[in-house]
Amino acid sequence: MVKLKINQKEYSVDASPDMPLLWAIRDVVGLTGTKFGCGMAQCGACTVHLDGEAVRSCVTLVSRAVGKEIVTIEGLSADPDNYLQKAWIELDVPQCGYCQSGQIMSAAVLLRENPNPTDEDIDSAMSGNICRCGTYPRIRKAIHLAAKMQREGGNNK
Amino acid sequence: MSTTLNASRRNFLKTGAVLTSGLLISFTVPGAKKLGGATPAVLGPQSGAAFAPNAYLNITADNEILVYLAHAEMGQGIWTTLSMMIAEELDVDVNKMVVQHGDAWTPYNHTMFGIQITGGSSTTWSEFDRYRKAGATARALLVQAAAQKFGVNPADCKTENGVVTAGDKSATYGELATAAAALPAPGDMPLKDPKSWKYIGKGVKRLDTPAKINGTAKFGMDMQFPGMLTAVVLHAPVFGAKVKTVDSAKAKAIAGVRQVVQIPSGVAVLADNYWAAKKGRAALKVDWDLGSGVKVDSVAMLAEYKQLAQKPGTQAGKAGDVDSAMSKAVKTVEAEYVFPYLAHSPMEPLNVTIQLKDGKCEIWTGTQMPGLDQGAAAKILGLKPEQIRVNTVFLGGGFGRRATPSSDFVGEAAEIVKASGKPLVKMVWSREDDVKGGYYRPMFLHKITAGLNAQGLPIAWKHTIVGQSIMEGTLFAGMIKDGIDGSSVEGVVDSPYMEAIPDRLVTLHSPKNEVPVLWWRSVGHTHTAMAMEAMIDELAHAAGKDPLAYRQELLKSSPRHLAALNLAAEKAGWGKPLPAGRFRGIAVHESFLSFVAHVAEISLNEDGTIKVHRVVSAIDCGLAVNPDGVKAQIESGINFGVAAALHGEITLENGRVKQGNFNDYVVARMFDTPADIEVHIVESTNKMGGVGEPGVPPVAPAIANAYFAATGKRLRQMPFNKANLLA
Repeated sequence: MVKLKINQKEYSVDASPDMPLLWAIRDVVGLTGTKFGCGMAQCGACTVHLDGEAVRSCVTLVSRAVGKEIVTIEGLSADPDNYLQKAWIELDVPQCGYCQSGQIMSAAVLLRENPNPTDEDIDSAMSGNICRCGTYPRIRKAIHLAAKMQREGGNNK
Repeated sequence: MSTTLNASRRNFLKTGAVLTSGLLISFTVPGAKKLGGATPAVLGPQSGAAFAPNAYLNITADNEILVYLAHAEMGQGIWTTLSMMIAEELDVDVNKMVVQHGDAWTPYNHTMFGIQITGGSSTTWSEFDRYRKAGATARALLVQAAAQKFGVNPADCKTENGVVTAGDKSATYGELATAAAALPAPGDMPLKDPKSWKYIGKGVKRLDTPAKINGTAKFGMDMQFPGMLTAVVLHAPVFGAKVKTVDSAKAKAIAGVRQVVQIPSGVAVLADNYWAAKKGRAALKVDWDLGSGVKVDSVAMLAEYKQLAQKPGTQAGKAGDVDSAMSKAVKTVEAEYVFPYLAHSPMEPLNVTIQLKDGKCEIWTGTQMPGLDQGAAAKILGLKPEQIRVNTVFLGGGFGRRATPSSDFVGEAAEIVKASGKPLVKMVWSREDDVKGGYYRPMFLHKITAGLNAQGLPIAWKHTIVGQSIMEGTLFAGMIKDGIDGSSVEGVVDSPYMEAIPDRLVTLHSPKNEVPVLWWRSVGHTHTAMAMEAMIDELAHAAGKDPLAYRQELLKSSPRHLAALNLAAEKAGWGKPLPAGRFRGIAVHESFLSFVAHVAEISLNEDGTIKVHRVVSAIDCGLAVNPDGVKAQIESGINFGVAAALHGEITLENGRVKQGNFNDYVVARMFDTPADIEVHIVESTNKMGGVGEPGVPPVAPAIANAYFAATGKRLRQMPFNKANLLA
């Protein structure tokens, strides 16, 4: 048994230490918003936050996540100030939708680190996340829109 | 338990109180054409009451408006579009509808194809009447019920936003549903005048977005039940290889592994979770009888195809006397275009969950052909099709891979259940299983010789196509006519360029080998559009004409091609100067009843590879029911096309597929997607066409033609990656 703190909740997880965090989150804890796409940190569908950093949970061992704050798409969605999801809805970003949890988790770290990203910034932060439906143009626009909302929301506070 | 079924539908199904719980609308379309002449035998009518929901629409006494989809949502947006059609006629708020996939059930058979299928970019046009009529009929019954209740004439009733009103009286649809259900179904109801449409042609935001951005949308991969085992399969290293011996001792020793079973396609490891199953698979020792598939080698295959193309194949299209006309040509141009195998690689790896309980079976999977899958599973499990319920869940991408005539993935999961005797199993493929698993877009070669007259116009065209048939050996083999699989030659034999040439000959070789092949987003057009549009560009150059002007001349009797071509050219600023280092290419192609033109703008990277900066596109798909959805599909098609143009390639050596994951089977990423994609919709009252696939075909030729503008070099071998560019 290992103890994991996911979305501010403690879980006792029956997982071998070599199990990637992805499978602990999905198959053991049962949170399925984090997706399996490639199993080798190629596609980003499994992106979660580990102490605020975007990591590919398919190659992050459970042992590395012990004692850290894990946030998944379910946890991020609980944040009412999440402009990314508002922008995603506004621009009708998803198609099949399978990669979008990972896209949003990566974009969230980008916007925290860089509240006003350029296209190039977005390219470099988001190129680890594959979308086979090719929603990239809308993801890019939605990140710009969320950045704008974040700036304006911030100004209004 | 996590399923996509909501509580009210569960109750509804459990009670089976179909005609007392609300209003149910179901139609069949008389005279619907059958694919290949007959409904495949595996599709039994599913009449068992315990499994039988209504067809398209259910209004419950609780005022819930439930929409059942005859097609699967795989990103193309029909979750929203089909709901819009009903909402438009029913006068309800589309955003308040509860949408779900229909079961495997004959009322959901395709209105034209005769089986239940999501494919051929056909959902919107094929359901436009059926779903609107479902809404209109329901509305008429509700109005009748209201008129009786209010004691007024139906003509005095109005409907708006789910409420019937007459004077000061009003009732919600839910309040009227039970009474309406008892009324006889009216005849064919008139549909609304397009002028009064609120949704159609204007559009609404996707209804599935909220669930897809907060982790609650359920894909097949997300099915979880207490007691469920996860299975992974060690597949043969070579197509067609068979298991000789299995040593599973080490696999069984891994914590969490419960069982190892041999199935026709390999060896399955069943475990408590995916990770344990995967570790178990890695510990298996299997000796294979490799069979003839071990000889498959894509380099040798290409050499063989080139050899085959030296001679004409089976005649697919002919007019006049091509050899005689060719001898009179002022100039001839010859080109050979080569296309590799391609994997679909949807983001969600294939998976199927099967539960056997009380002599019945439930399947949860993302499938484009639930009826066929139901039949295939029934056969393997020794059940009747009607004992199996197929729950279609969101597809994490399909692109054709989730529509296999052989039901390969559902069948494999059923084999695991059968062999293991376990009643609740989720089979999960890894990405490597997907990339190495076959069912590829076939490798193709086109050899073309065209003869031009003194004006530079083509007067003779000789075209030989070589590539595996997709239909051969499948349930759809009946579609092969006179030795020609139409999907190998579509886009060539019916090309408007071709049809305008008096002397022409198109022939086809369909060699066979062990590699399973399948339709891949836009099917034959994936290669025929490139062959035709790259060749036309070559001819324009040979004729000394501008590529746009040359096409305009050749397509003067093809108004829909021309409209798309001209709109894309105008919006792209064709002929206007570009920044230094930027070059344009153009292409236009018809597929799935729609007409799409792209203008691609590229530059060359320092290493000589291609950077696509901008694609300006125009589509004539007839009425655009959800215009932003049309644009989204063309954007998607462009990026799918860019991936195939710049990167996509599956190769085999000694029967082994050399690629395995996204590191070597490369797809488009954010940095190599065009920064600027513009989609324009041609104002059109023409016949409706599809939008899911038609954006793909013209991408590669537009890029190749831009590369010629940049370098004077023709690209004839896909993909246009570094290796092929420098070759």
